[in-house]
Amino acid sequence: MFEFKLPSLGADMDEGKLLEWHVKPGDKVKKGQVVAVVDTSKAAVDVEIWQDGTVFELLVEPGTRLPVGSVMATLLEDGESAPARKPVTLQGARKGEARRKAPPPEVAAEAVGVRQAAELAPPGRPRVSPAARKRADELGRDIARIAGSGPGGVVTLADVERAVVVPTAAAAAATPAAAATRQAEMRRTIAAAMSRSKREIPHYYLFETIPLARASEWLAGVNADRPITERILMAALLLKAVAITLKGFPALNGFYRNERFEPADAVHAGVAISLRGGGLVAPALHDVDSKTLPVLMHELSDLVRRTRAGSLRSSEMSDPTITVTNLGEQGVEAVMGVIYPPQVALVGFGRVASRPVVDEVSGELRVLPAVTASLAADHRVSDGHRGALFLGALRELLQHPEDF
Amino acid sequence: MNDTELLAVLIETLQSIAPEVEGSELRQDRPLRQQVDLDSMDWLNFLIGLSERLKVSIPEADYRRLVTLADLVAYLQGRMTC
Amino acid sequence: MKVSYREALREALREALAQDPRVFLMGEDVGRYGGTYAVSKGLLDEFGPDRIRDTPLSELGFVGAGVGAALGGMRPIVEVMTINFSLLALDQIVNSAALLRHMSGGQCAVPLVIRMVTGAGRQLAAQHSHSLENWYAHIPGIRVLAPATVADARGMLAPALADPDPVIIFEHAQLYNLEDALPVERVWRACDISRAAVRRTGTQASLITYGGCLPKAMQAADELAATGIDVEVIDLRVLRPLDLDTIAASVRRTHRVVVVDEGWKTGSLAGEIVARIAEDCLYDLDAPPRRVCSAEVPIPYARHMEAAALPQVAQIVAAVKEMLNV
Repeated sequence: MFEFKLPSLGADMDEGKLLEWHVKPGDKVKKGQVVAVVDTSKAAVDVEIWQDGTVFELLVEPGTRLPVGSVMATLLEDGESAPARKPVTLQGARKGEARRKAPPPEVAAEAVGVRQAAELAPPGRPRVSPAARKRADELGRDIARIAGSGPGGVVTLADVERAVVVPTAAAAAATPAAAATRQAEMRRTIAAAMSRSKREIPHYYLFETIPLARASEWLAGVNADRPITERILMAALLLKAVAITLKGFPALNGFYRNERFEPADAVHAGVAISLRGGGLVAPALHDVDSKTLPVLMHELSDLVRRTRAGSLRSSEMSDPTITVTNLGEQGVEAVMGVIYPPQVALVGFGRVASRPVVDEVSGELRVLPAVTASLAADHRVSDGHRGALFLGALRELLQHPEDF
Repeated sequence: MNDTELLAVLIETLQSIAPEVEGSELRQDRPLRQQVDLDSMDWLNFLIGLSERLKVSIPEADYRRLVTLADLVAYLQGRMTC
Repeated sequence: MKVSYREALREALREALAQDPRVFLMGEDVGRYGGTYAVSKGLLDEFGPDRIRDTPLSELGFVGAGVGAALGGMRPIVEVMTINFSLLALDQIVNSAALLRHMSGGQCAVPLVIRMVTGAGRQLAAQHSHSLENWYAHIPGIRVLAPATVADARGMLAPALADPDPVIIFEHAQLYNLEDALPVERVWRACDISRAAVRRTGTQASLITYGGCLPKAMQAADELAATGIDVEVIDLRVLRPLDLDTIAASVRRTHRVVVVDEGWKTGSLAGEIVARIAEDCLYDLDAPPRRVCSAEVPIPYARHMEAAALPQVAQIVAAVKEMLNV
């Protein structure tokens, strides 16, 4: 018994599709006879056999794609008699594939660079990654007091950020003294970031009153059918509206670093969350524009809970591409935000409240829910004109909540 | 459940969200959100907590009636008996 | 509908030939045989022997003829069967095509497109398997492209022909049978031959690669994702001039870099990228950059030896994990 395998019909062929058999079980074949037609994706090729024999069993159905080297048929050599029991019939090319698969190539671990560096580090000097050192400087932290978790005990960026995220409510509850220290640390961090913002970023501010009658009605309709645990807050709707609108205004979404603007590919909205003991964190909700409202609401609720419980992830701390704040929750009319560097914009919402609004079509005065949205943006990156277009687009979008 | 017991449940639920709250310092006839720092997420969580503890449903359309602690007590008594 | 990389290249050629009478294709076996990798199959019948020209086995001669035709106002597309053979034409490419605009004070442009097959993985042995893209990426005066997706295979030729300077397009031998859905026309037609592409966004490390290694990097990213590690994949697409902005932006997001390059590590494009990152992004790095390259040997013929010599998914995965200390 011998096997007929799919041969390589060209250097760049790694699989083929059986189009047709020219033989059937029991047929005698001669060396050089065409037994099958195979499509190589370049052409239909007549495939010859290179040994005399009698076809015993065809293992592949026409129409099947199979890799080069797959067993397509078994044949009996001249003079050989058929075995009493037929071999198990195979479908497609599985058997051939299994046979052909070589063991995966051994991976030579190329760890030399890192390991050698570890051994050569002079004693006494802590090993700190450049990014971790820079971040610690920005935050005013003493790098020597941060334990390293990287290869060979290197202090990494995540180690520095972990050391900073600690000052939140739950973690601070341990002792009043520790809580006071944490409070002071958080205050210092906020002070550093906000001072830098006001020192370096030429802010401009714009305001727009956005009618929310349609959005409120639409949301009420959506929530009417949902149990209380699955209701969606206006805050989530506003967040999503900002994210969708931002896709058309890349100059408001990203980072200003090293004297230039780096637009962000995704919208990760930093949500300003105040902590009960005082202080503020603005961790990121990722890819806000592409998430559905229920998902977004769930994540927002989870983020608020985790922020207050002090269990944020480092990515959430480090990668918001814009900040959104909802100070109106506390009752104010409008917000003039301070941009969180290196971000380049902050969108603020005041209180959602009923206001007298002149209907632009009919000229009538009506009382409708509305909110004042504000934009604080970095004048090095964008101009007031773009900012105004952004707020206008946001206003328009919020008139069609059913669209998102 | 009488009004005093219900009020105690309200305060407990509130404290699970805003631990700094002292029940004795709250005025029952003043808007609650003027006395306690609650954002819309806190408020939602407060209502979720109440609906779970008291096994009542609170339709969103009723939110506007729930301003003071007294409103809440009266409203929830009505929901629990019906 | 799925389209193969080979078909996408052919469609791009067909469109260029149909739209511009100055365009013609020449090279070894491009006509009657339909191209060594069947890219130009059928084009001889469609466009005739004046525009689909079989050449003798003389790279120096026919690449030089391409340079002359470009100088004379044509828009030639020259196919070189494999990058190893292109070394015979180095003088025409490096000393003529790349330099004439410079040396003529801007009077003579050479709007020539050279398509070359590169890379290993098909058991074609050392003289047909090397990755020398970096040699060309070293030379000012030429643009070097490496389409690694069906969309780029379809979209890169038109802007390459529109470029007034010589453009080399490297087609990796292992990609011809790659099949993928071609995005809508607006997308592939917007092909920008000056920018790298973020093929997958991630937060913990950047895999920077191009050409035949892109599918490996994507697979490595999938395997890493299954273990909870989120990596970004950057497809360079353009090997000269390098899109350093996209590279730097990615490094600033992820703080860790693994460059995957089928070239040898010594004197490689991977080395250039790591050097640029060290120059521009040192303070954003959270770990030493790593490279996964081919073993420093001529690419072997035997299948298992060849596989062992080339960058593989398992090595990429291991490099990332080691960097993250997991």
